[in-house]
Amino acid sequence: MAVEAIPNPIVAAERTSTGLNHRKVLMWTFLASECMFFASLISNFQVQRGRSLNGPYPSDVINIPFTSVSTFALLMSSLMMVLALAAIQRNDIRGMKIWVLACAFLGTLFLGGQFYEFTQFVSEKGLKLSTNSFGGSFFVLTGFHGTHVTIGVIWLVSLYFAAARGKITAKDSLSVELAGLYWHFVDIVWVAIFTIVYLLKV
Amino acid sequence: MATLVRPAPRMGLSSLPRPQGDTGIWSWITTVDHKRIGILYGATAFILFMIGGIEALIMRLQLATPNGQVVDADTFNQLFTMHGTTMIFLVIMPLSVAFFNYIIPLQIGARDVAFPRMNALSYWIFLAGALFINLGWLIGQAPDAGWFGYANLTEKPYAMGLNTDFWVLGLQILGIASILGSLNFFVTIVNLRAPGMRMMRMPVFCWMTMVTNILMLLAFPVITVALTLLLFDRFFGTHFYVPSGGGDPQLWVHLFWVFGHPEVYILILPAMGMVSQVLPTFARKPLFGTPFVIYSGIAIGFLSFGVWAHHMFAQGLGPTADAAFAFSTMAIAVPTGVKIFNWIGTLYKGHLWYTTSMLFAVGFIAMFIIGGLSGVMHASPPADLQQNNTYFIVAHFHYVLFGGAILGIFSGVYYWYPKAIGRVMNEKLGKWHFWLTMIGFNVTFFPMHWIGLDGMPRRVYTYPSGMGWGGYNMLETVGAFVIALAMLLFVYNAVNSMRHGDIAGNDPWDGRTLEWSIPSPPPHYNFAEIPVVTAMDDWWAKKYGAGHEVGHAVPAMAGASQDARAHEEHPVHIHMPDPSYFPIIVAIGMFVMALGMVTNYWLCLVGFAFVFTGIYGWSFEPVNAPAPPGSSEVHTALAPAPHAPVAVH
Repeated sequence: MAVEAIPNPIVAAERTSTGLNHRKVLMWTFLASECMFFASLISNFQVQRGRSLNGPYPSDVINIPFTSVSTFALLMSSLMMVLALAAIQRNDIRGMKIWVLACAFLGTLFLGGQFYEFTQFVSEKGLKLSTNSFGGSFFVLTGFHGTHVTIGVIWLVSLYFAAARGKITAKDSLSVELAGLYWHFVDIVWVAIFTIVYLLKV
Repeated sequence: MATLVRPAPRMGLSSLPRPQGDTGIWSWITTVDHKRIGILYGATAFILFMIGGIEALIMRLQLATPNGQVVDADTFNQLFTMHGTTMIFLVIMPLSVAFFNYIIPLQIGARDVAFPRMNALSYWIFLAGALFINLGWLIGQAPDAGWFGYANLTEKPYAMGLNTDFWVLGLQILGIASILGSLNFFVTIVNLRAPGMRMMRMPVFCWMTMVTNILMLLAFPVITVALTLLLFDRFFGTHFYVPSGGGDPQLWVHLFWVFGHPEVYILILPAMGMVSQVLPTFARKPLFGTPFVIYSGIAIGFLSFGVWAHHMFAQGLGPTADAAFAFSTMAIAVPTGVKIFNWIGTLYKGHLWYTTSMLFAVGFIAMFIIGGLSGVMHASPPADLQQNNTYFIVAHFHYVLFGGAILGIFSGVYYWYPKAIGRVMNEKLGKWHFWLTMIGFNVTFFPMHWIGLDGMPRRVYTYPSGMGWGGYNMLETVGAFVIALAMLLFVYNAVNSMRHGDIAGNDPWDGRTLEWSIPSPPPHYNFAEIPVVTAMDDWWAKKYGAGHEVGHAVPAMAGASQDARAHEEHPVHIHMPDPSYFPIIVAIGMFVMALGMVTNYWLCLVGFAFVFTGIYGWSFEPVNAPAPPGSSEVHTALAPAPHAPVAVH
């Protein structure tokens, strides 16, 4: 009896039509879809710009120096991400764990800044979701971005614990790379949001 | 028959053991097999097709005579809203997805899709969304603001009931299912093609599927955002679309149609792909100008993102925008026309074999031309301003969606049914089905052109006598019931042929593409040996040699080929991805979250817990439960060379 065990398509994923791993193509495709998601949210912010019937207006509440600091934290977290990937690619699991944790920490710092900013806006400046057009579009746009960062932090912490329990080894560098792709994307989106929401005065 | 190496149950990182077994209801609930998921999609969508059809019949009864008394205005609003929403999101899209699931891996020579569990997730989320959006019927508050849900009609002072909440939340859930499915099929087509299957050797159905999935990937995030903003307006007091609060109702219209127009092509491109497989098979010729069909499909995909404002000519966008969108709308008719000429060119001098599938494909071309031509008519803003909101528009989009998409899908059903079931559908009943459908369809929808140009508005629940519309409306109602009769005939044929149809064999139609090279129904693993592709229409080339255009006139129902017997003689052990509980757990969680939004927010937390647990457990669940030590030698001892092909032929 000619009986063969042919490797299942997932395990045999090394041979793909493009030579790229399925999960990597999936992540890039997902990010393309996310582009349209954030493009729509940013468009909404732009459409709502200047339509507030009452204050507080953007100039009343926005604190550019404060948000610049948290933006810097987020941008630096991308550097940590790069270092984490470089570490695992040279088989340095300990280094990877450190950098992943540092990245998650900076992400959390950013989220903390956003949480502080939101509570400031709501309790001291009186800007709520329902206050005016600016309130609604600001909280929805930055809130969805913050949700993405939160998911990223959970992902990174999960990676750390997986590595700590020995579930991630040098051959799993793709798992770190995918988290990195997502993280960098969320970071780049913030650059656009920071520019449009905080810096543009038009 | 082939047996599967299945490792014993093992406790994973999650506390759930992996589901086992190939039969019974749990095997369907936990299945990750693309063929079973395809059948689930198809069966579910067809049941919803019946529901949407009944909604249409009630509307036709109401409109049959002037001053009809069958339903009141509120119910009528719910009927036309749910008819449109059902037919678009719950019927044509999932029917197409059923074909993506069943056919795409077979056509590209793969054993499954790239992400089998995510595929199951798409189906269960789709089912959750379909159930949720129909939940409103139970409390008499089905969505009632139109499938387009224009803002103001959907905003709080005007829509206080739960109707619109069911619609918003249901569509959100369905959108997630669509995005997940399209991610999966994009990766599958890009990455899982058999060796040698270059992009330009892919069957045209795969190409159209890929374009469709790219459109879904890029269009659905837009409707997700539009619905999210509406959700915030309704639940959290924002004013995105409320003019009195500074918002802009036109923003909804733009966002909706930026999604909505690509959506139209999401509905029609898969049917175009199916017809592009059926016509060459039954004309016994290669598809005429295949690259042109492919490129024009891509062109349609591109242009479909640049035509949305032709739905908004009556909104007063100004002459510049009107002219630009009129131009782009007329431009998109060009690649569509190219395809029609290619299909006709395929028929020209072909050795035509008029099976039911072929009849539906030819019917598709004829009806789609009528719908396409009336579409070009209202690409012109002055004409559109006359036709807008009349039955002329209803006639137009039923010619493209029923005469186009549904006829194309039926063509695909008759074509691939033998592959999925192993038996051929009864041709005599099939031809009755075709002719009743064609007659009923044209009797129903053609007069709508006339009463539309005569000024009968759409979406009204009744009309006075003396307008001269009564006769045509009665005729349309009669036609609608003829369609219903045709559908009953189809259901009988489909069910009856499962047991009594002629045995199909591998290749009942003398097909051209890879799915016809394997047994019907295909084994769990599809291909014992992954084929090496050397030509477009590879199976045809393998049968008759490349460049051979006519082939042999084989008897209609050739018996099982040597290939199938070879499978029986040499059992093949191929380890396929294991079933999983997590997809349905995530889908249940989403349903509960949506339910929480309309009942009690605390329920959302329960739903979220389900979703979170499901996703988390999933990410740590290996695709295959690792075999326990005892059984591992099945892999090693019996597989001296893992990549050595199994001798089949």
